[in-house]
Amino acid sequence: MGNMSGTERSLEMGMHTEQLRGRTQQVFFEPEEGENFLYPGAFEVDPDRHAELDAADLDATAVNLEIRRLMQQGFGNVTVKNPGAKHSLGVGILNRLNLHFEGSLGYFGCGLLDGPNVTISGRVGWSCAENMMAGTVVIEKNAGSTFGAALRGGDLVCKGDVGSRTGIDMKGGTILVGGRTGVFSGFMMQRGRMIILGDAGTNLGDSMYDGTIFVAGEIASLGVDAVRADLTDLDVPWLARKLAIHGLAASDGVENLKKVVAGRQLWNYDNLEPSEKKLIL
Amino acid sequence: MCGIAGIIHRNVNDAPVGSELTAMLQALRHRGPDSTGFALYGPPQAGRIVMRFKIAERSELGTSIGQREELNARKAEVDRRIRELDAKIIAEEAPTTYAFRYEIECSGDLSELARYLEEIDDVEILSLGDGLELVKDLGDANGVARDYDLAPFRGSHGIGHSRMATESDVDIRSAHPYWAFPFKDLAVVHNGQLTNYWSSRRDLERRGHRFASDCDSELISVYLADKIHQGIDLKSAIRQSIDDFDGVFTYLVATDRMLGMAKDRLHAKPMVLYESDDMIALASEEVAIRSVVPREIETTDPYEGVVRVWEI
Repeated sequence: MGNMSGTERSLEMGMHTEQLRGRTQQVFFEPEEGENFLYPGAFEVDPDRHAELDAADLDATAVNLEIRRLMQQGFGNVTVKNPGAKHSLGVGILNRLNLHFEGSLGYFGCGLLDGPNVTISGRVGWSCAENMMAGTVVIEKNAGSTFGAALRGGDLVCKGDVGSRTGIDMKGGTILVGGRTGVFSGFMMQRGRMIILGDAGTNLGDSMYDGTIFVAGEIASLGVDAVRADLTDLDVPWLARKLAIHGLAASDGVENLKKVVAGRQLWNYDNLEPSEKKLIL
Repeated sequence: MCGIAGIIHRNVNDAPVGSELTAMLQALRHRGPDSTGFALYGPPQAGRIVMRFKIAERSELGTSIGQREELNARKAEVDRRIRELDAKIIAEEAPTTYAFRYEIECSGDLSELARYLEEIDDVEILSLGDGLELVKDLGDANGVARDYDLAPFRGSHGIGHSRMATESDVDIRSAHPYWAFPFKDLAVVHNGQLTNYWSSRRDLERRGHRFASDCDSELISVYLADKIHQGIDLKSAIRQSIDDFDGVFTYLVATDRMLGMAKDRLHAKPMVLYESDDMIALASEEVAIRSVVPREIETTDPYEGVVRVWEI
């Protein structure tokens, strides 16, 4: 890794968060500065230490406290069995952790994350990974509405279908959807990227300020302020790499994805951002 | 917020839907602790109509001297008017001092009977039907099911509601489900807000329909009753409602042989659907479905504008 740049090293380490252009609140991970990224309540964990937790008879608070206790003990690999579609599981984890849910989660699962890699073998309810700052969350089945609301960083992946208002108020990071999304996806999106490999419902990207949406299937309609744009030479390799990381593929190739961006510059907002939007358009 | 739930068994009419729906609604208690209601469907009673009615609001009990005598007088008047219309009370249950279940034989016009009984002060017919048992009261699902002894109830399907009061009172009158007065066996539960409630209500009132409450959810049952009265089938009526109602809503409707669902075009209110060879279960949250199917299952969220109807 000696000859690699900080960005390359971070990507190699699985930090898939994109470094965006312009003024951004996102801070890109530098391995050498790791100590500056620790929160109070973040734990040093060993990814080779594995623990299992049966959530069948526990409520959400007890499950989350147990995950915290295991992290405190240094377990870096935690499997939660029988999550039972309970709400608010796996929230507020602020350090690296491989967390596996064997089953489905209810509403507000995996919110406020900053760092862990989470896999969910079932589905998730509404508002999964709300406000996630970094890390990955990968769902094997379907997801409910407001998927990745106010996402700030990291990769949020649903291999099935998701509900409406996906990525509402999104401020960074990447959302990948293997199937279709419902109405008003990307509503008031401010930054980040969304890749939808199925169809998109009506009013896609309504009132978006910035950010980029890619759609492989049909777009029922664009929302106010959203416009189609051409793929650039930068988009294609990025899309190919991002999909490959998560084992996804666009059926007609990434070159044929439809691209949607904000078509209207907001006063002050755009002045502050020497943005990628101008580069793209 | 409110929580709604429904379950329908494809192949049997003696499933424990009373206890199943109780478990589902109890799992949704956090969505609405104010009141809970059930519309349960069992095998039709041969030649008999099941009538559920109340003669007072629970919250009014114990607020005046001589109330017991007043309630007795109201109930006696209900009995007298039933006899006056040549109907016959075959069986009578009194789960509470203010809500009753009658089995009656009536060869006359049921809507005339219902209207005549509701002319008595504070009497409200909660349901009339061949197989429908509509129960609603204040409190959570376990409490209502215990008070009305719903655990032994067996049947084919049912819908239910846990209510968080927002735009109307915490009372039985404003609790769901709503029966589609005066049509037998049709009941509705709803999660959402209908923003064209008053204009739609006035339209329906001009057409002769009665409203018992100021709850916007009642509009759906009256609207569907009106469409069915015009000869429109249930699925078409539900489809039309998505065009005619403004606001955000997800609702379930049941008849003696069907269970239907509708989602608005904004997809603003949740619904999770589980379908198997044996049953269909729907609820505002998957955790409710898990209370009757306690294993990993495949579920979906019906999309905006979706209408589904299942028939037994």
